[in-house]
Amino acid sequence: MIQTETAPKPRRNVELLLIVLALAVGIGASALVSLNSDMGLDSDFWFQSSLLAVAAFAFHIVLRLRAKYADPVILPIVVALNGLGLALIHRMDGPGDDTGNNQLRWTLIAMAVSIAVIWFLKDHRILRRFTYISLAASALLLVLPLVPGISAGEVLGASVWIRIGPMTFQPGEIAKITLAIFFAGYLSSNRDLILLAGRKIGPMQFPRFKDLGPMITAWLVSIGVLVFQRDLGSSVLFFGLFIVMIYVATSRISWVVIGLALILGGGFIASKIFSHVAFRIDSWINAFTPEVFGRSPGGSGQIVQGLFGMADGGLVGTGLGQGRPDLVPFANSDMIVALIGEELGLIGLFAVVMLYLLLFTRGFRAALGTRDAFGKLLACGLSFAIALQCFVVIGGVTRLIPLTGLTTPFLAAGGSSLLANWIIVGLLLMISNTARGPVDTTPMVNKPPTTSSHGTVKTPTGQTPSAPTEAVKHQ
Amino acid sequence: MNQAIRSSWMAAVAMFALIFGAISYVQVIGADDLNANPWNQRAILATFCNERGAIIVGGKPVAESVPGNESCAFQRSYPQPELYAGVTGFFSRGFGSTGLEQSMGETLAGNSDQLFLDRISQMFLGKEPKGASVELTLDPAIQKLAYDLIPDGQRGSIVVTNPKTGAIIAMVSKPSYDPNLIATHDTAAAEANMAKLNQVPGINLNQNVSGPTGNLLSPGSVFKLIDTAAALNSGKYNKDSELPNPSSLPLPGSNASLPNYAGGNCNVRETASFAFALEQSCNTPFASIALDLGQDAIREQAEKFGFGETFGDQLKLQQAKSVFPRDLDQAQLAQSSVGQRDVKATPLQINMMTAAIANGGVQMKPNLVQTVRAPDLRVISETKPEALRTSTTQPIASQITEWMTSAVDNGIAKGAAVPGVKVAGKTGTAELGDSGLNNSWFTGFAPANDPQVAVTIVMERVDVLSGAQLTSPNAKKIFEAVLNK
Repeated sequence: MIQTETAPKPRRNVELLLIVLALAVGIGASALVSLNSDMGLDSDFWFQSSLLAVAAFAFHIVLRLRAKYADPVILPIVVALNGLGLALIHRMDGPGDDTGNNQLRWTLIAMAVSIAVIWFLKDHRILRRFTYISLAASALLLVLPLVPGISAGEVLGASVWIRIGPMTFQPGEIAKITLAIFFAGYLSSNRDLILLAGRKIGPMQFPRFKDLGPMITAWLVSIGVLVFQRDLGSSVLFFGLFIVMIYVATSRISWVVIGLALILGGGFIASKIFSHVAFRIDSWINAFTPEVFGRSPGGSGQIVQGLFGMADGGLVGTGLGQGRPDLVPFANSDMIVALIGEELGLIGLFAVVMLYLLLFTRGFRAALGTRDAFGKLLACGLSFAIALQCFVVIGGVTRLIPLTGLTTPFLAAGGSSLLANWIIVGLLLMISNTARGPVDTTPMVNKPPTTSSHGTVKTPTGQTPSAPTEAVKHQ
Repeated sequence: MNQAIRSSWMAAVAMFALIFGAISYVQVIGADDLNANPWNQRAILATFCNERGAIIVGGKPVAESVPGNESCAFQRSYPQPELYAGVTGFFSRGFGSTGLEQSMGETLAGNSDQLFLDRISQMFLGKEPKGASVELTLDPAIQKLAYDLIPDGQRGSIVVTNPKTGAIIAMVSKPSYDPNLIATHDTAAAEANMAKLNQVPGINLNQNVSGPTGNLLSPGSVFKLIDTAAALNSGKYNKDSELPNPSSLPLPGSNASLPNYAGGNCNVRETASFAFALEQSCNTPFASIALDLGQDAIREQAEKFGFGETFGDQLKLQQAKSVFPRDLDQAQLAQSSVGQRDVKATPLQINMMTAAIANGGVQMKPNLVQTVRAPDLRVISETKPEALRTSTTQPIASQITEWMTSAVDNGIAKGAAVPGVKVAGKTGTAELGDSGLNNSWFTGFAPANDPQVAVTIVMERVDVLSGAQLTSPNAKKIFEAVLNK
């Protein structure tokens, strides 16, 4: 349905125009913040704004050179979100605080890494060769924060940080990507086995027990993250990622049913056993009871203050720099959505959420358009991860669901999150490039293109040889 | 596979639909509730340093904004702090606000809807925003008199109202505190003062409801007025009824018994008229009435006088609801009928009950705010007397008034008598466990034939003798002060 009869158009000029608009949003917000503070539009402001603009245009040029059919909307959306995030973090910086500059440094690093991914990887299908390496990498990344010596210990109740020299990093953010690569690789190879075998109960076909292996693995990883790292948000994210990918691979709703049953069961048991989960749920349901409000740690003070801020913002907001986010703990990271709601109002926050909606929609479009199962699964998983992460964060801040410690992609202060999400954007751009580009004449959907400069690539070991042709049938 | 991708996209869009809904709820639909939440300091902080309107009693401010320092243009100040702390409350940066400072906060800050046009004109004229001022019904002389009638170190409350309008003439309680200590811009000092004040027994500034409107006390014998109204209302009793008056009433289902006060005159008669029973405040006749009518009849009558209810939003102060418990057994009912056990009433409740009797059975909404004036002194709103509920019938109210008058003329409330004026009154002595100490009450009104003033006095944790000295004679002084105006 995506393939058009007419010749594919790169639409890079559209992208350029949209990037200019996106920079206007980010830099405009930054200018408002600077004008509201004592500094005014000083040299720092111009320097930082130009850095962001240069990076955005450099990215654009790289796309012209390396992925000229990439989706023209994705990069501008991300630039707008990232620019807005920079302005808001800068706005929260008190005298002597360096969070804004740090976020800019990380933005540049993340964009550089993302550019490097596009430049050197050229085609996402190559990643399929790293299916099991990705699994090993995921395991390593998830275990790192628990390794003595580099573990940054328990920070705000969760052990998700590592410390290398002066830098701290959250490897779990990167694990999101490696896990998605593993799931995509594994499922695109084995989906037929999973698909064809199984027992039918009522209208639903249930998988064989041995095919449940990866599902159980994913569940154990999620529970492990919850138990050992005390990170409820990542746990939900990893598992949600897996459920969607296995559902897309098999088109079987039974997987979703099993997955939801596992997550609800696990969550229920976790809420009974682990105080940090119980506290989260208690401060969600009983946010407005005095004991819960005043409890520290594990109280509802943060979420209630965030709600007060958003309510104060109302429809049009107090104006950038005019609110009182200093009353909300972590207003520049976990609660940045509340800050947007307060200062930019319902309208501003809707616009931001709309940007995310557009972003993941373009990601899903790339998944529809690309012709290889691996690429479909990867694009779909990564796009859904962005959507789910937004849902968990914004739902938590608005008290729709319990608040967990996930970051808002591209907006919240935090280097690891920026890096991971920019890499995701790089991957989505690459997949959309194959999706929108001229139809590849090679029929082998799941094989790396023979036109690749790497030359012919051997089928990785451990891969079911029959997968590609079967995949075509079932698409 | 593509179909599954579309379904996943639909799932993601559905999640976002929920997000849009949640944001709309928080920022628009539920925003008013969140903005009005007492924990929400944003409104206070936004206007904290603005010039707030004054709270005015008898033409003089009792709470006003005075010039502050560079960082904060105005500082809230309370010129007669302890005397009016109970009504003004405090306005602070760190602890929010209480009392009228809270309930009238929007008006005082100039944010209320009625001041919308003023805000617009202030904006265009480049003037600093200024709030409306609030004039109270309190009479400064009576307020001062009442406050001084409670000895320092004694816990107690006095409520003086006009039974015909519900206007509050005086309302004081001790211990009181200095709101300036909390309102200071020096937050560290405010915190230290707060901690220190909360050490004082009887002061708890963390809870917003206290003093005459919030302090729940055993009412003792003043509750007998409710028994009397219930009895007359039932039709089983009339003004000539003779009530059983044993010196001690065995409590059904228990070994205990309910005696009449041994030192009084009750025990000279085996039966008593209402007049005698009220004059001498005998216990057993009223316990008998309660056991005869049943707890529901007593509770219903209590609720008609305001138990379990509040007294309306005109008062602008947080109110505790007085309690007549449910599911009493017969022994508990007998003790509850004389205002003991778990029956609890606020001083305001007892005053409102008295005022309803004075006003022919109609309870008026108590009100503390007389007028609200814009910064240009234009009257924005003025409180008009409003009936709250009908507590009892006019004939019953007159009958009870007659008996209360004889309790002052011939009975144990005679200390409240004012020469040349018919005073209606009732005393109460609620025993506090076996401590030998009591809550000592007087409640009454004058003149009995044309009530101008209802006075309720309670002194907490006093012995019988000092209780008697601190209640009825003090009521007399207040009656004289109000009526001689």
